[in-house]
Amino acid sequence: MKYDNQITLEFPSLSRNEAFARGVAAVYCAQLDPTLDELGDVKTAVSEAVTNCIVHAYPDSVGTVIMRLRILEGGILEIMVRDRGVGIADVEQARAPMFTTGGAGRSGMGFTIMESFMTHLRVVSTPGRGTTVYLRRKIVRRGGA
Amino acid sequence: MNLTSFLQEKQLTICLTGEIDHHSAREIMQALERKVELYLPARCVLDFGEVAFMDSSGIAIVLFALRRMRELDGVLELLSIPPQPYKVMKASGLDRLIELKRRELHEVR
Repeated sequence: MKYDNQITLEFPSLSRNEAFARGVAAVYCAQLDPTLDELGDVKTAVSEAVTNCIVHAYPDSVGTVIMRLRILEGGILEIMVRDRGVGIADVEQARAPMFTTGGAGRSGMGFTIMESFMTHLRVVSTPGRGTTVYLRRKIVRRGGA
Repeated sequence: MNLTSFLQEKQLTICLTGEIDHHSAREIMQALERKVELYLPARCVLDFGEVAFMDSSGIAIVLFALRRMRELDGVLELLSIPPQPYKVMKASGLDRLIELKRRELHEVR
């Protein structure tokens, strides 16, 4: 698929970078002229994906998180979030609502929210090698020019 | 710290502000726990009116507060929920456990 204006970002899996990552995604998305509602959806999904890297991929260490942003044909925003952490043995189970290995502080709703806020979610994971999440969201062109 | 609170009769109101994510959630949850232990309220109100952003970490906070208030045989209420946190709560099915009161459009903040 053709894409445009690709940007790749690399940052350490520190929780203070959650706000940074969703902020960058929102600013990048702005070129598609999104509504406030669409921006909120994108920020929420990115926050979930990056939090997963910080909490689950690198549970006892600080690793690298890669976020790649690009715009696909037809005004589709694609955000890839990749880690080289522990990986997920059973992706289907991890995606199920309320499932978490994160203890009382986590709700187990991360993937459910990514799924309902994005038009497309794909999770590719290999235990011991890491996880890549692809989030896609069509940003609707509004009226006018 | 993105939290202020006040006690009136036996009602503890906790006003959350700013962005609620995994980074800020632990501190909020600890503060919430301290306040509830201290006052043992019959009713706890979480006011979301000033929350600018919330992800699923906020759901864990509400579930925690709900559990704690049920243990105390008390009531939890969620107030003034802005559109983005509301959408996260709905997507999580939180409305099956507790009423979600939205922030009114004319509400001046």
